[in-house]
Amino acid sequence: MSNEKIQAELAKYEASVEKAIARFPEREHLPEKRLYTPIDIKDTDYADEISFPGVYPYTRGVQPTMYRGRFWTMRMYAGFSTAEESNKRYRMLIENGATGLSCAFDLPTQIGYDSTDPISEGEVGKVGVAIDSLADMETLFDQIDLGKVSTSMTINAPASVLLAMYIAVAEKQGVPADQLRGTIQNDILKEYAARGTYIFPPRPSMRLITNIFEYCSKNVPKWNTISISGYHIREAGSTAAQEIAFTIADGIAYCEAAIKAGLKIDDFAGRLSFFWNAHNNVLEEVAKFRASRRIWAKVMKERFHAQNDKSMKLRFHTQTAGSMLTAQQPNNNIVRVALQTAAAVMGGTQSLHTNSRDEALALPTQESVTIALRTQQIVAYESGLADVIDPLAGSYYVESMTNSIEAEAWDYIKKIDDLGGAVAAIEKGYIQKEIQDSAYKWQMDVESGARTIVGVNKFQMEEEPPKGLLKVDEAVGERQKAKVEAMKAKRDNEAVKAALADLKKACQDENENLMPHILAAVKTYATLGEICNVMREVFGEYEAHVSL
Amino acid sequence: MDIAEELLKGNRLALSRAITAIENEYDEATDIMKKLYPHTGHAYVLGITGPPGAGKSTLSDKIAREYRAQGKTVGIIAVDPTSPFTGGAILGDRIRMNGLTLDEGVFIRSMGTRGSLGGLSHKTADAVKAMDAFGKDIIIVETVGVGQSEVDIVKAADTTMVVLIPGMGDDIQAIKAGILEIGDLYCINKSDLDGADKLVREINMMLDLDSLMTDWRPPITKVVASQNEGIAELLGTVDKHRTYIEGNGELAKRRTKRTRDEMLDILSSNIGSYIKSKIVDSGRLDGYVEQIKQHKTDPYTVIGEVMGEMLK
Amino acid sequence: MEKKIRVLVAKPGLDGHDRGAKVVARALRDAGFEVIYTGLRQTPEQIAEAALQEDVNVVAMSILSGAHGHLFPKVVDLLHKNGMNDVLIIGGGVIPEGDIPALKEAGVAEVFTPGTPTGDVVKFINEHVKL
Repeated sequence: MSNEKIQAELAKYEASVEKAIARFPEREHLPEKRLYTPIDIKDTDYADEISFPGVYPYTRGVQPTMYRGRFWTMRMYAGFSTAEESNKRYRMLIENGATGLSCAFDLPTQIGYDSTDPISEGEVGKVGVAIDSLADMETLFDQIDLGKVSTSMTINAPASVLLAMYIAVAEKQGVPADQLRGTIQNDILKEYAARGTYIFPPRPSMRLITNIFEYCSKNVPKWNTISISGYHIREAGSTAAQEIAFTIADGIAYCEAAIKAGLKIDDFAGRLSFFWNAHNNVLEEVAKFRASRRIWAKVMKERFHAQNDKSMKLRFHTQTAGSMLTAQQPNNNIVRVALQTAAAVMGGTQSLHTNSRDEALALPTQESVTIALRTQQIVAYESGLADVIDPLAGSYYVESMTNSIEAEAWDYIKKIDDLGGAVAAIEKGYIQKEIQDSAYKWQMDVESGARTIVGVNKFQMEEEPPKGLLKVDEAVGERQKAKVEAMKAKRDNEAVKAALADLKKACQDENENLMPHILAAVKTYATLGEICNVMREVFGEYEAHVSL
Repeated sequence: MDIAEELLKGNRLALSRAITAIENEYDEATDIMKKLYPHTGHAYVLGITGPPGAGKSTLSDKIAREYRAQGKTVGIIAVDPTSPFTGGAILGDRIRMNGLTLDEGVFIRSMGTRGSLGGLSHKTADAVKAMDAFGKDIIIVETVGVGQSEVDIVKAADTTMVVLIPGMGDDIQAIKAGILEIGDLYCINKSDLDGADKLVREINMMLDLDSLMTDWRPPITKVVASQNEGIAELLGTVDKHRTYIEGNGELAKRRTKRTRDEMLDILSSNIGSYIKSKIVDSGRLDGYVEQIKQHKTDPYTVIGEVMGEMLK
Repeated sequence: MEKKIRVLVAKPGLDGHDRGAKVVARALRDAGFEVIYTGLRQTPEQIAEAALQEDVNVVAMSILSGAHGHLFPKVVDLLHKNGMNDVLIIGGGVIPEGDIPALKEAGVAEVFTPGTPTGDVVKFINEHVKL
């Protein structure tokens, strides 16, 4: 059928259904259009915009074979309490078929405080495992071969310190650094914009990040040095287009910082990875994943003139949306997570964490974690969604939405460029404000009933309070404090002092790469807090920009 | 508790409650102020104003720290606009001063402009007096320099500082014109941004054209508040201004004028509410309005009658 | 007289998830309250002192890290020590049902868990604060 013919038929169709389509107030946020046709993608050139998997602009995926080669890495984010407890959970996950580890650290660790610091009180071991020194890291990976497993660490402001500890543990296991595989999150910009676990101001933070890029490109070449994260931006309330736009703007800022520090784009860009959220609207999410690959490929090619294909491939980890889990009727969350998993898989993710049904209530129990992992396995082995590559390509709706999300994201990226880049936009509070406005709108839509959340504002029912939630032992903090004290009594405190003094000097010299100095310090069993305090002294601390 | 008595003994909660009484116009506020008044007049009041986004709160934070380092105690009153639509407000200045919260020598109070713009300057002035009686050496009053009433607030300060930042484009022209005559000092914040020197030149040009200029020419100081750069120098200019107005009698003149303005302000506000309560509560107002609407009489005649009756 | 309900919205502890706190702060403003937002990582001491200086009627705290059992009672305690016995203290965040009785026992008037409409918070404050 010619486009003219389709257009004419479409007009007839629209006229015929105009009166027949019910108008639900709660569906106001849906796209105005109800039917997509070839006309919606008539300007989309297959070769330029879609193409083949593994071929620029990678809309259909970064690998030629995708899941016909191998499935995504089923990587469950876990960690709580002490290193011993978390080590047990990791080994359980590996026995159950998880193919990668993902470490959650507690908040004091994420913000560079020791468990013994007064500010850590009540927080030790709560949202992740407490790591105070190399000793804890040795326990955490006890009997886990770091040469075989790939490990993702959700650590940002003190990423350099935790990476150094990981390298040091591997060294003790006899695994050379160039064999290590894994990822550190290391994305400070989204901490300022959305997640809140920052320590230092932007400038020294960007320096630490580029130091890691440089060090790893020479010494830990298989390591993903950053996971540029939209996940938390989305959790904070952004839209799908904002999620990828703000994150790619952050990615641009990291590349510019690294180039300014003297690195060449193709030396580090291949080790950059991304981290996306899988939200409830399945098809919108698939379009978002596809659009993100296309935008990044264009950014790398046209803006940074990357030559290496690897630099242009946006590889990403996905986590299902924590903010979409409901405390009401928590078993419904299993279904939500299954749909989100479907979106991530049809969107071509490289690895996936699935949330557990009880996470709106507490940390997940072992049983809930198992269901979440099984969800991935069912999608992989039973659903057929992984049988062909990019199964939704060619859908008028999905291709058209991929285009429109891409266009919306470019508008934001341009706006951020005009403000002077992501760092300046965050310092001006622009990105935070955009996210907050979207979050507020979402909440008001839920409260007015314009947006339905099953079990929350519709289909509610009386429920028994949930039973069997995981409780972190409140004595964990005391136990961990005692461990730190005992460790400090045993170590060579003179060596610690010397290493910290050396680190301080290195911090003061902007041209010095800090990684070797941090590695030397962790090997003396200097604590995370001691190391971060040295850096706080030299770098200062970030003061948040808040505008409501 | 006897709020005034406790306040004078140094009870922080009493100071806080006194300001609430002033803000909410509780009946006891008048009694509190009567008891506090003899203990006022010691603090030096620094007004800080400027357009939104000029970094006033960060600047107040750094200024307060500098005064603390000099051993002085500090009170801060941060005024933020109330939404005219909802009557609510986000009072967000405090967030930039979190580091001062636990310093016992500092007391920070956020205030919303609320509806009655007329009464605001008078309420702020009373809050300043409460902090003064409490024993604060320096009181900083910080407000967005956009509306007349907010300008009135800072005009009540001993020294008024106008904060500007580079690169605000044409918007700043109007603001500059509006607040030019009230600045005893100018502070260019975020002066590491492009355009700082241009802004200094522009202000100098305007000062050159100011025909009312006395022999005090407002100094212009460049700072980067977030980096704590230039703060000591800025306070040097505050001290210089203070010495200047103390020496030539200007401070005494300003305070006399302020007392006079306050007297008239309170008087007219009290008379106003007295008359209003008389004619509104008795329902007479509705009657008048109806008659005026029907053109049986006019507002001027009615007011003449009411005034004659009330003030005889 | 122009009375306004004043609310301190605070994030005690170290978690950076302030989506809820910010949405609530805005909703309270839109309900006509004066809202003082303290930002992240406030210690119980800072929260209690800010509440005192601002003479708020309500202290609303949000925690998603699981540290509520330790931090909420500490803030209540410090507020009482400051002589603020009449301030309404409410909490929100990821807080298991089973922990709520102990928090109420400690002096937290109400705990709002995920999915609560902001309108419920406004209503609760209006019903429990007398000016």
